[in-house]
Amino acid sequence: MADTMPSYIGRSVVRREDNRLLKGAGTFVGDMKLEGMVHVAIVRSQQAHARINSVDLEAARNADGVVLALAGAELKDVLPPISGMQVAAPKGWRDGMDPHIDIPDQTLVPYDKLRYVGEPYALVVAGDRYMAEDAAELIEGDFDPLPPIASAEAALDAEALVHDHLPGNIAATLHAKKGEGEAALEAAPHRLKRRYYHHRYAAMPMECRGVVAEYDSRTDSITVWSSTQVVHWVRREVANALDMPEERVRVVAPDVGGGFGGKGHVYPEDILIAYLAKRLDRPVKWLEDRHEHLLNAAHSRDNLFDIEVGYDDDGRISVVKNYFLVDSGAYSPVGAAIAGNSIAHFMGPYDIPHYEADCKVMMTNRTPNAPYRGAGRPEVAFAMERSIDLIANELGLDPAEVRFRNMIQPEQMPYAVGLPYRDGVMIEYDSGDYPEALRKALDGIGGLDEFRSRQKAALAEGRYLGLGLGCYVEGTGIGPFEGATVKIDSSGKVMVATGACPQGQGHETAFAQVAADIWNVPIEDVVVTLADTSHVTMGYGTIASRSAVTASGAIKDSSDKVKEKVFAIAANVLEASESDLELRNGSVGVKGVPEMSMTLKEVARAALPGWIHQRPEGIEAGLEGTAYYEPPTVTWAYAANAAIVEIDAQTGVVKIENYVEVHDAGTLINPGIADGQVRGGLVQGIGGGLFEELFYDEHGQLMTGSFMDYLLPTASDIPPINVIHTETPSPRNSFGFKGLGEGGAIAPPVVIANAVCDALKSFGAELNSTPVRAEQILNIIDAGVAAAE
Amino acid sequence: MKPPLLDILTPSSLAEALSLLSEHGDEARPLAGGQSLVPLLNFRMSRPAILIDLNQIADLAYIKDAGDYIAIGAMTRERSIEDSDLVRKEAPLLQEATTQIAHLPIRNRGTIGGSLANADPAAEYPAVVLALECELVVQSVRGERRIKAAAFFEDVLTTALEPDELLTEIIVPKAPSGSSSAFVEIARRHGDFALAGIAAQITFANSAPTDVRLAVCGAGTTASRLTAAEEIIQRDGVGPEAIKAASEAAASAVDPMSDLHASADYRRRLTGVMIGQAVEKAAQRAGVIS
Amino acid sequence: MKAPRKVSLTVNGEALSGEASPRMLFADFLRDVLGKTGTHVGCEHGVCGACTVIVDDVAVRSCLMFAVQAEGADVKTVEGLADGEELHPLQKLFSEHRALQCGYCTPGMLMTAIDLVASNNALSEQDIKVGMSAALCRCTGYDGIVKAVTAYAEQVHGKPIKRESDNG
Repeated sequence: MADTMPSYIGRSVVRREDNRLLKGAGTFVGDMKLEGMVHVAIVRSQQAHARINSVDLEAARNADGVVLALAGAELKDVLPPISGMQVAAPKGWRDGMDPHIDIPDQTLVPYDKLRYVGEPYALVVAGDRYMAEDAAELIEGDFDPLPPIASAEAALDAEALVHDHLPGNIAATLHAKKGEGEAALEAAPHRLKRRYYHHRYAAMPMECRGVVAEYDSRTDSITVWSSTQVVHWVRREVANALDMPEERVRVVAPDVGGGFGGKGHVYPEDILIAYLAKRLDRPVKWLEDRHEHLLNAAHSRDNLFDIEVGYDDDGRISVVKNYFLVDSGAYSPVGAAIAGNSIAHFMGPYDIPHYEADCKVMMTNRTPNAPYRGAGRPEVAFAMERSIDLIANELGLDPAEVRFRNMIQPEQMPYAVGLPYRDGVMIEYDSGDYPEALRKALDGIGGLDEFRSRQKAALAEGRYLGLGLGCYVEGTGIGPFEGATVKIDSSGKVMVATGACPQGQGHETAFAQVAADIWNVPIEDVVVTLADTSHVTMGYGTIASRSAVTASGAIKDSSDKVKEKVFAIAANVLEASESDLELRNGSVGVKGVPEMSMTLKEVARAALPGWIHQRPEGIEAGLEGTAYYEPPTVTWAYAANAAIVEIDAQTGVVKIENYVEVHDAGTLINPGIADGQVRGGLVQGIGGGLFEELFYDEHGQLMTGSFMDYLLPTASDIPPINVIHTETPSPRNSFGFKGLGEGGAIAPPVVIANAVCDALKSFGAELNSTPVRAEQILNIIDAGVAAAE
Repeated sequence: MKPPLLDILTPSSLAEALSLLSEHGDEARPLAGGQSLVPLLNFRMSRPAILIDLNQIADLAYIKDAGDYIAIGAMTRERSIEDSDLVRKEAPLLQEATTQIAHLPIRNRGTIGGSLANADPAAEYPAVVLALECELVVQSVRGERRIKAAAFFEDVLTTALEPDELLTEIIVPKAPSGSSSAFVEIARRHGDFALAGIAAQITFANSAPTDVRLAVCGAGTTASRLTAAEEIIQRDGVGPEAIKAASEAAASAVDPMSDLHASADYRRRLTGVMIGQAVEKAAQRAGVIS
Repeated sequence: MKAPRKVSLTVNGEALSGEASPRMLFADFLRDVLGKTGTHVGCEHGVCGACTVIVDDVAVRSCLMFAVQAEGADVKTVEGLADGEELHPLQKLFSEHRALQCGYCTPGMLMTAIDLVASNNALSEQDIKVGMSAALCRCTGYDGIVKAVTAYAEQVHGKPIKRESDNG
């Protein structure tokens, strides 16, 4: 029909966000300037573990421009800690995991002891940040050093305790079981046992965190602008800490300069700045600087695995035993979520009958560990995908072949894994063709056989080429829910607000596309509001590759409510039956009768309360609907990666010649945006595989406190990357969407490690930890050459 | 990360700058391009009460042809050196090394004098001035002296400059005819400080090296000349055997530090590899080897 | 003597002035005193490039300069690129090639690219990768940025640049 709009979903619509961001006209928290605003500097621990005896604020209080100086003792009875459980675990998951979880609460500003380098213990409010930093330097703490617990392994046997009530420094233990692991191992013709370590690195958005808060005494309400991914969580915690109704707390995330999980939970500063604004009754701003960010914003990864795999002569894996430790640092702001992900995702796209997992979430004197792009999946992909390559080596098979032999076949879909997911529902992979993804990835690097002959020829010339593979599946679009409110007012525009909080994902554009299709209106007629608690009563936020699925679901459900009214009112006005009506290009009309229609603007006016409304009996005034979409369970995105590397035998430097990821996230809303998400993730994964490391010494001192030492990948470090998108719709939502924000970041570390080992196979190379260092590679070559001589 | 309280004095002439430096002594620091100093100030790891900003002294920014040598004012931006036809022609080693310093926006502001006076052991320029046997002109209210590059770098971030002295000019001997050069370095990412870098200038006569200058950065407390390696090349030429021997000699001559980015052993190893690459490249450019 | 001083300069063709204490970083002066918040601050130690602006025709880190050093300078910031609603050619190419996501690094990327392209009329794609490694982006993986800057260099210098990734 002529009036039917082309679908926006599936088109690379130009992003609405671009214009303002390109012109420098975005508004980030740091850009905000309010009348009378004062600035905070936070004084942070330089010791990994110490008893606080006293903190002397006198000199700071007398310094120029200082409004207030506080230490933990003054706040002890004023502000409650943040609950250790920012995310509640559902019963179904608890039943399946047999967890013991005792995540410690986090005191906003500790008064008794310091647990990591970078932990706040005092703060200064002053006229500007310069003066605040001057005064902060004058604050003297009297501390007794305590023995630092510098790693998860050390924490197990340490006498010292990070938290006195957690014996053994264990914050959580989780167990999961499918089949009979022990018996299967006994029965397995071959067993492979290895230790793997996935090192600590972090989200590292280009914008550090920041908070501005303003209190309005007239209404006893507060507005908090935070560079966060979860405005509704921040509202909950601020309201709780300040004992205010949530209605009186508005939290807004304006333009946010990247998050990747690192801004995905409530931090002490979110609450502290709100508290200070209320206490001082003037606007307060705190901007995290890069040094603070490196010390204090959540770190991630840092898992140690002891793995045992049973397999047969054909390389078929019958069993995996997965014992691992998570170095969670001094707190664990998102509970045992990362560990839960690690347990659930270990077997990836493979059909493995027996599995046992046993995990301990350890408290150490390191910066708290929270989810970062991948959140538990890169770690287990490393362990699983390295194991497959090692099995292939043992059996003299190609690693690709071992993967094909173990993969779940498309006809096995949906595939029941036999473990509960974090949402409490038993895992069932919903759709996909995993072997086909791997075939496409191998085609993408020019074909497996072609590569093997090229590799052989190169080796004859003394050049070391290697192929690395890595496959994963990823539960995306997790609940518990997302909220959306859809309104149509007398302007006729469709106004959509959701709890999603973008940090660069292009949500304003993507959700406009979704809403435009739902309403059959031109995209220009959709107004999208995000990341503002005043527009959506209950929301959840943008973490865990969830917004495309959950916010779209909420937009659809709330739209459906409004549509019912739109049709009822239009039917009344047009004197037609509701079942004969359709939405067409911004109007509601009678099917097959082009001249019988009214615009949404006219419907909105007819829906107004008052004397001249045209609503039928029983239809309430206004076109507005709110819905909370609670997904039935997650959707399963998946990918296969293949990369070719060449090793410089003189320096050990790894050059990635070509990197291919075949990625399937179901139906794509905006392929251009989706491609950017996957690419961005891949480059973060390459960073983690080769450059980025949060390195601690044995005293628990972070040695990488600047960008001189924490090395992010740059434009010249990136290989040619080919992302091939396939679209297998998810049957779990009406759009066929799966999530994709995190996927790219999962595989590169293991793909690189596998590729390097493949290149140096003749030396028996085994790289079972990250990052992959040139120096380490050179040592392998040296040892290999020495052994050969 | 804001600088501590400080004052900035902005002399417009060298004489004024020297007198301010003399007056304020230890509590003042000269501010050249600021690309190393300002980060330290922002981290509050350096706390001078006074910065004497040299950026308004137009007389300190020049590249002059002075016959046998090029005279470069200490406040000449790295970008100007990179873009200078005179430098490209007469001191190609200096030009090539400059392109490898950090990134263009840093080179737009960073100066040759600032880099040399800062004496970062991993910086490129100290190795270049050692290899080219430059002289460094130093002035104070007490007068002028010339320090040979070999005597200038004393330790990590420490030079022969007295507190009241300012490096004002770098005298760069023109590359002799028959010479060829190469600057090569390896860093974890492009633009990072070198894990090992080599400045090489070799003069050939009838395809045989007659004067070999090899200096290393990133592999010790200061940049340094690699005399053992130089002697091997000079004696044995630029064949594969000689280059291998020179690489080994260089690797055993250096005494690098270990840090997060590379162990001492690895830096030593890289020094040898870079020697090989630098000598080969210089010889190729001279047409001595293919 | 550490008292604030008046700093007068030209920003995007407009004569402006403001007060700055000697230690105030130029980035803070632009943002907090002059209200030019398009220039972002990402590390304050000269590595990330988010604060890059053009001073007297060349790109510099505004976090490594003091405000008082900008006295009399001719400064160009991201706010000066577009001509009203009409985006600068490089801004258009950034959008077209999806060279931005969160937009935080974008102003510094644009200023870095403009100087890079002006500095050399014979850039290769590899030169562009190396040149753009002066600034960090955490979102895009750089592919779109390199493509946009390559296309811009072609426009400015009026000749094609061979791309290594053409087959990608």
